[in-house]
Amino acid sequence: MKNVTIAVNGVEHRASVEPRLLLVHFLREVVGLTGTHIGCETSLCGACTVLLDGRAVKSCTVLAVQADGRKVTTVEGLAQGDKLHAIQEGFWEEHGLQCGFCTPGVILCSHDLLSRNPSPSDTEIRESINGNLCRCTGYQHIVNAIRSASRKMNKRVPARAAAAR
Amino acid sequence: MARNGKPKAAPKNNGKRNGQAAHWVGKKLKRKEDPRLIQGISHYTDDIKLPRMLYCAFARSPHAHAEIRDIHTDKARAVSGVVGVFTSQDTSGIGMVPCAIQMPDLKVPKHPVLATGRVRFVGEPVAVVVAEDIYAARDGAELVEVDYDPLPVVTDMEKALSEDTPFVHDEFRTNRAFTHALKNGDIASAFKKADHVIKQRMLNQRLAPVAMEGRAVVGEYLPGENRLTIWSATQIPHLLRTQLSVMLGLPETAVRVIAPEVGGGFGSKLNVYREEAIVPWLAMKLNRPVKWAETRRENLACTIHGRDTINDVELALKKDGTILGLRVRILADLGAYHQLLTPLIPQLTALMLAGSYKIPAIDIEIQGVFTNKMSTDAYRGAGRPEATYIVERIMDVAAHELGMDSAQFRFKNFPLSKQFPYTTITGLTYDSAKYQESLKKALQLSAYDSLRRRQKSGWKQGKYYGVGVSTYVEICAIGPSAATPAGGWESGTVRIEPTGKVTLLTGASPHGQGEETTFAQLIADQLGIDPDDVNVVHGDTMAVPYGIGTFGSRATAVGGTAAYMATQKLKAKMATLAAHLLGAKPADITIGRGRLTAKGNKKSISFGELVMAAYTARNIPPGFEPGMEATHFFEPSNFTFPFGAHIASVEVDGETGEVKIDKYVAVDDCGNVLNPLLVDGQIHGGIAQGLGQAMWEELIYNEDGQLVTGSLMDYALPKAHLLPDFTLERTVTPSPVNPMGVKGVGEAGTIASTPCMVNAVCDALSPLGVRHIDMPLKPERVWRAITHAQASRDEHELAMAGAVAKPSSSKSGRKTAGRRA
Repeated sequence: MKNVTIAVNGVEHRASVEPRLLLVHFLREVVGLTGTHIGCETSLCGACTVLLDGRAVKSCTVLAVQADGRKVTTVEGLAQGDKLHAIQEGFWEEHGLQCGFCTPGVILCSHDLLSRNPSPSDTEIRESINGNLCRCTGYQHIVNAIRSASRKMNKRVPARAAAAR
Repeated sequence: MARNGKPKAAPKNNGKRNGQAAHWVGKKLKRKEDPRLIQGISHYTDDIKLPRMLYCAFARSPHAHAEIRDIHTDKARAVSGVVGVFTSQDTSGIGMVPCAIQMPDLKVPKHPVLATGRVRFVGEPVAVVVAEDIYAARDGAELVEVDYDPLPVVTDMEKALSEDTPFVHDEFRTNRAFTHALKNGDIASAFKKADHVIKQRMLNQRLAPVAMEGRAVVGEYLPGENRLTIWSATQIPHLLRTQLSVMLGLPETAVRVIAPEVGGGFGSKLNVYREEAIVPWLAMKLNRPVKWAETRRENLACTIHGRDTINDVELALKKDGTILGLRVRILADLGAYHQLLTPLIPQLTALMLAGSYKIPAIDIEIQGVFTNKMSTDAYRGAGRPEATYIVERIMDVAAHELGMDSAQFRFKNFPLSKQFPYTTITGLTYDSAKYQESLKKALQLSAYDSLRRRQKSGWKQGKYYGVGVSTYVEICAIGPSAATPAGGWESGTVRIEPTGKVTLLTGASPHGQGEETTFAQLIADQLGIDPDDVNVVHGDTMAVPYGIGTFGSRATAVGGTAAYMATQKLKAKMATLAAHLLGAKPADITIGRGRLTAKGNKKSISFGELVMAAYTARNIPPGFEPGMEATHFFEPSNFTFPFGAHIASVEVDGETGEVKIDKYVAVDDCGNVLNPLLVDGQIHGGIAQGLGQAMWEELIYNEDGQLVTGSLMDYALPKAHLLPDFTLERTVTPSPVNPMGVKGVGEAGTIASTPCMVNAVCDALSPLGVRHIDMPLKPERVWRAITHAQASRDEHELAMAGAVAKPSSSKSGRKTAGRRA
């Protein structure tokens, strides 16, 4: 057993875990956050995508011990109280989800994209989420959702910067 | 959603219906279910964790066909954390996995929950290991040792019907599970009179539904209450409860099934699976809650598959392109066992083989075949995509053969809209349609003429542009009970609570479709309230009256109608009470937004006051039942038949066989629309799934019966960057079958897009002499077709050169066009 300390959505969790424990199982079984879903356990579907130190990773192929001392953001950590994150708003407004199972992973993958590329083209959006499988939407409304989120976030950022001045 | 920024025609359901103005219906309302889903705070079955819960994993057969000599479980039991290992000896008291279909000659094999004596497909469960955590359970499952004597395997349907085949089930002495024929009209004379007979063999490959959430089951038994609760990722909670109570020998009243958040189904969760019985049985046996969640490998190998048919098609035509008759011979691969609806699916194909055309004579024969594979069953479309593929492909092959434009060829054979209700040669009565309007719209939207011009000029430059046309009609709102195995009605209970909030209990069991929103919209309009005040409850057999579930694009047209009818009963009740309180006649009461008013004396009462009066019941008319609740079980009089026309424009790389989709246009008609945003979502997803079949997806078993596409690495689902933006439009032809005029939309995209895409690619390569390519149209397969066509052409040219040198006596003007590519 190995001791790990992982900050999940800003809260530190210490646990003694088997070295083979997957990060996704750590999140779901140890921390008890089940918003991160398991879709294939082979890093092919992207349902389990979370942010590890801000970058999107598939938590079914990261060991909990590899996340020791690092920060993880899951879908549960995006909204601020009642205020949804712009990406979540985008998915809601643009009907970017149906069954919702792949959604947390797609949201976090697009979070990574928008942090690196705040105004992606539709092609860039489609390429960035090509490791996230969705069987319901045909992706079109997901692309709309991410585009809408990008616009919202770009509008908000200058406003926030102005407020800070 | 911006539909390419174009203004849309006013929806036809914005007028008044039944005295009620549509305020919410027809609006792009955001979904009520989304806040929990986008925040990751909803609960799918695998998210459920109960005190003292155990986890299980299955040891599954690595052989496609083998005798089980012995099973050694000692090593598995020795794993730390393992609580128990169970085999068929332990589970023999559990009933057989049910098949709901009855046919005169249907062979129904025994289908025990754990393999008994023999395994018949790779992945068949042999033992189940229960442990304190999932890691220990899987460690244990790997250590279950089974002595197998491998037996000869049969995976090829034609071989399975040959004389020297091994049998999947020895007791039947045949692998033919059933035969089914549908014949009508004078087929012999149709083919005798024909100027052209177009023949084509076409394969409809085996697919995996791949809902992103795999199957999952949790069982909990409370002996004090004698209550077994089963959470399952299912589309049919009530039917599952009935079947499980029989399998487990419990009174149905002791069993509660809950379908919590369900992550997609596409037909794959419209079933009763072995694991759904084993997990609750374990919970009872061990007196602790037990959970099982399928791995993706299990999902691909052991959850039902779809399609898998070989189709020999012959179309008899007049010179001018008029259809005279259709003959189809189908072999349907059923796999090793029957799941709930396995033998039904090919029969649905037969019913839908008239497509959207006037066909005066038809002759269909189907053979269902056992093979050493997982069962096929209902996968999105369930028989209709197969039928539409056959019809739309042969239409295109014929149009090319006759040198006719594929759109004009279709126009020629459509029934006229004034001929509806239209009775097809297969015996169905299509409710309402305007096929011409829909195809015309698709032609305009795709700029068809300019696509054709580009194609012609492209060919001259060695570029292969193709235009695929596909029309379709589908059978939805399943269905009248007389035509379904387990009742085709649906239930709805509308209860206005004392505070005026409304609960709808629906027998439909949505798993992504969004009926918590659309049903709230329709009820809000009927009762003059806000959709936020309507809570839609589904998927819990203890909360909801018996229902049939969500499949076959039935939820809105049948379940929605049940809810609608229940509100009509409530409205009558509200009018009675309002009339009593306002001193008026019930007929004079109008229900407005939040208020009921008497026509004559203009007195009115608020919705809230009226409802409270029904509960306090201190001032009610004689004989008035207190409370405000009504239930309706809606039995539809017919199916509904949505339709549409899709057009795809592609470019095929003649060197590599790669296909680029550059435009995809869909005009769909699902009758009146409750929420356009959700309808678009259904169409998008459907098209993507249909394109998946056309382009990428294929489950492959090798000759040994090994599933060689057992992971998402090998089974290629459509990804975002592979798909174009789809351009959607609608026509609206209300259905006369239900009062809301709705038809259903869940499967339309999947049905239309597969043949549309294959038509486009074959059209692109037609100048090379490519006539047909079997799916999926992977670059290699397309490249081979091109190469083969070129080789045949070269051969032909050589032969012609030879013929010029030495005149031959072969007849010209052959009547029958055979198979070329």
